[in-house]
Amino acid sequence: MQAFIESLVASHQHQPTHLLAILRAIQAQAHYIPEAAIKQVATLLNIPRSHIIGVIEFYSFLHLTPQGQYEILISDSITDQMLGKNELMAYLSEQLHVAVGAVRGDGLVSLNITSCTGLCDQGPAGLVNGYALSRLSRARIDQIAALVEQQTPVAEWPSELFQVEDNIIQTDLLLTTPIESGSALKASYARGLAETLAEIDRAGLRGRGGAGFKTASKWQYCKDEAGPERYVVCNADEGEPGTFKDRVLLNTYAQQVFEGMTICAAIIGAEQGFLYLRGEYLFLYDKLLQIVDERRQAGLLGNNILNSGLQFDIEICLGAGAYICGEESALIESLEGKMGIPRNRPPYPVSQGYLQKPTVVNNVETFLAAAHIAVHGGDAFAQIGTAQSKGTKILSISGDCTRPGIYELPFGTTIHAVLAACGAEDVLGVQIGGPSGTFISNTEFDRRLAFEDLATGGSFIIFNHSRQLLDIAQNFTHFFAHESCGFCTPCRVGTSLLKKQLDKIVDGHGSAGDVAELEALCQIVKNHSHCGLGQTAANPILSTLERYPELYQSRLKAISYEPGFDLDAALATARRLANRNDAAAHLAQVEDSL
Amino acid sequence: MSNTLTIDGNTIPFTDGQTIMQAATAAGVYIPHLCHHPEFTPHGSCKLCTVKVNGRICSACTFPAMAGQNVLSNTQELTADRKKITQMLFVEGNHFCPSCEKTGNCQLQAVAYHLNMLDDHYPLFYPQRAVDASHPEVLIDHNRCIFCTLCVRASQQTDGKNVFAISGRGINKHLIVNADSGLLKDTDLAASDRAAHICPTGAILIKHTAYQVPIGQRLYDHQQIDQVSLAQEQTPHGE
Repeated sequence: MQAFIESLVASHQHQPTHLLAILRAIQAQAHYIPEAAIKQVATLLNIPRSHIIGVIEFYSFLHLTPQGQYEILISDSITDQMLGKNELMAYLSEQLHVAVGAVRGDGLVSLNITSCTGLCDQGPAGLVNGYALSRLSRARIDQIAALVEQQTPVAEWPSELFQVEDNIIQTDLLLTTPIESGSALKASYARGLAETLAEIDRAGLRGRGGAGFKTASKWQYCKDEAGPERYVVCNADEGEPGTFKDRVLLNTYAQQVFEGMTICAAIIGAEQGFLYLRGEYLFLYDKLLQIVDERRQAGLLGNNILNSGLQFDIEICLGAGAYICGEESALIESLEGKMGIPRNRPPYPVSQGYLQKPTVVNNVETFLAAAHIAVHGGDAFAQIGTAQSKGTKILSISGDCTRPGIYELPFGTTIHAVLAACGAEDVLGVQIGGPSGTFISNTEFDRRLAFEDLATGGSFIIFNHSRQLLDIAQNFTHFFAHESCGFCTPCRVGTSLLKKQLDKIVDGHGSAGDVAELEALCQIVKNHSHCGLGQTAANPILSTLERYPELYQSRLKAISYEPGFDLDAALATARRLANRNDAAAHLAQVEDSL
Repeated sequence: MSNTLTIDGNTIPFTDGQTIMQAATAAGVYIPHLCHHPEFTPHGSCKLCTVKVNGRICSACTFPAMAGQNVLSNTQELTADRKKITQMLFVEGNHFCPSCEKTGNCQLQAVAYHLNMLDDHYPLFYPQRAVDASHPEVLIDHNRCIFCTLCVRASQQTDGKNVFAISGRGINKHLIVNADSGLLKDTDLAASDRAAHICPTGAILIKHTAYQVPIGQRLYDHQQIDQVSLAQEQTPHGE
């Protein structure tokens, strides 16, 4: 292990910014980060050991205690649950004789849940030693359990277990005809870089991550910053449950994404780019490295790109299981080898980003669109969409429909049209933009996909009438409590309080006043949280509470007040000790006869 | 335009590079805070200093002062929200003021009084947290840590050490120390370090000093935190 770490750290040039990659490699090798490794890495990188422990405890895929040689995680996204995840998880737990959240006694296997893995169109999904498992079924679980018991190395498992389909169902402007490699760069240099930025401005391109900041303005601000060093970062940390379009874009359109990054570099004057790939997409890593290498061979990356004098290269960096790293300043912190805690703003990344240098951070789809615009010009792009939302949006559609997958649709498309396209019937409502977005009911399907109406980073989850709204809100609320980075009080404590308060109501322990209390809490978390995660963490409750207040009220008890703790549940230990379960061993919370 | 802004309608001056908190403190306006301390880089995490700047919610300790800003701070709405945020800090840890030796000298307690906090409001979390009494002169009671990182910053920025760090994610956040054993005694912390004296609550305490000042004669027993804070942190404007 000592020699392994020594050469590992050397291969990362002893750069503390590479800490996450180094820890990922140790975790993959040892299935945890041993104390000796922490000490050694701290010495080799000359950083405090407390910094390393902080990073390990921050990221879900890194551990201070041994996990199984087979680390199995099952995606707990609402879409996976709708596809039978809970029942399959119980079956897997039984087959492997390991409890959820535990490591089996012999250390062979550990099992736990994880946040959405981005396979919502082909779930239930999971991960084994970081590699994505798709379409889990009882048959596949039998197969997996056998492979584990036979101790077959994951590399030798049948490839169909890891088969991830693109499921591109409907294409438009961007996906129908991808650009030829190098064509966008050639067109940009032929036209002039300033003119190309003007084309992107004319196209009206806005960030595709969901927030919708004007791309040309962002690039311009970064370009205008003083100092020679700048960076381009592609945000491929698509952690919003229900989003998987970046997975497909990087699997099939990566050349064009890298080309968009390179054009950005040429325009703003950057020599180094990063693609921050969520850890769940480990299966794309080797392929992306290969594509970067091919582009170097073709003179599209590296020194003197296309004889233009441009020098630019791209590094692929993997995350390690933290939704918050999708927030751009948290992502930058993570790229620097730190915990993914969002920074205070101002300063914004365009002026002080990676290593405090001006940095453009854009979504995968934004770079894809920028490369398209560089080839075809801004007018063609701007003709599609609405006044404030130009072009197309690539949606990841999942949930209750016959054709889940990737749909590229012009901005301005109605929800009715989207639902018709993917074969959704008997629809109760749609979660647009993931848990941090909005739940809309079936009376609102005339609304449109657009920044000015329903903005989305791409997540589009459909629910039919068989689904329970409060279960959905509960799943999302638990998700945020799990993913809160813990930096600020309103989100750290508030998301846990939201979880407790919603559970109290859903579990039938709420009484008059509890819904009002829930709503008041939502407002504190929404208004006072430090970053977008906290500011949107109450959305699942607020958007359903606004539309279905009666649903929440119906769960309340008819009494005026019920304490926050469950008296009868608190007696469970005493009952177990006394080996009693008769009526007298139970206490009602309050006098129900009131 | 001159370098002035208004807080609750009163015009105050500021100098370039100041935050709203710095400008307010210099002008003798108290904005409640716990993770902020004028000696150290602002952190912006406790969110008690939340103010409204031109209608938008910002943290006064990190947000730059700019000419013409209309800042609201001492409003009924913000005070109510600050009280809720303080209650959150109380329920996530184990804060039992009557049995805490920091009572009367505790900023968390004093802020709670200042905001007229009369109960915890939210259900208590009762987390299992440890006490590290290994160091001969300094004690860590994790039950009272509010993750303000003042000890982390003081150790780095004043003491030139790296004794403390915050680890973990979300509600599982916790204070750790820089020693292989994980114990304070094996760090290079000295009782004279700034970091040992900066805790706004009773999480880091100097041993053997507990009741030298009797309850009733302590810092906040006779003064409100706004007076104490301004007296300690206010420097002449423009300095």
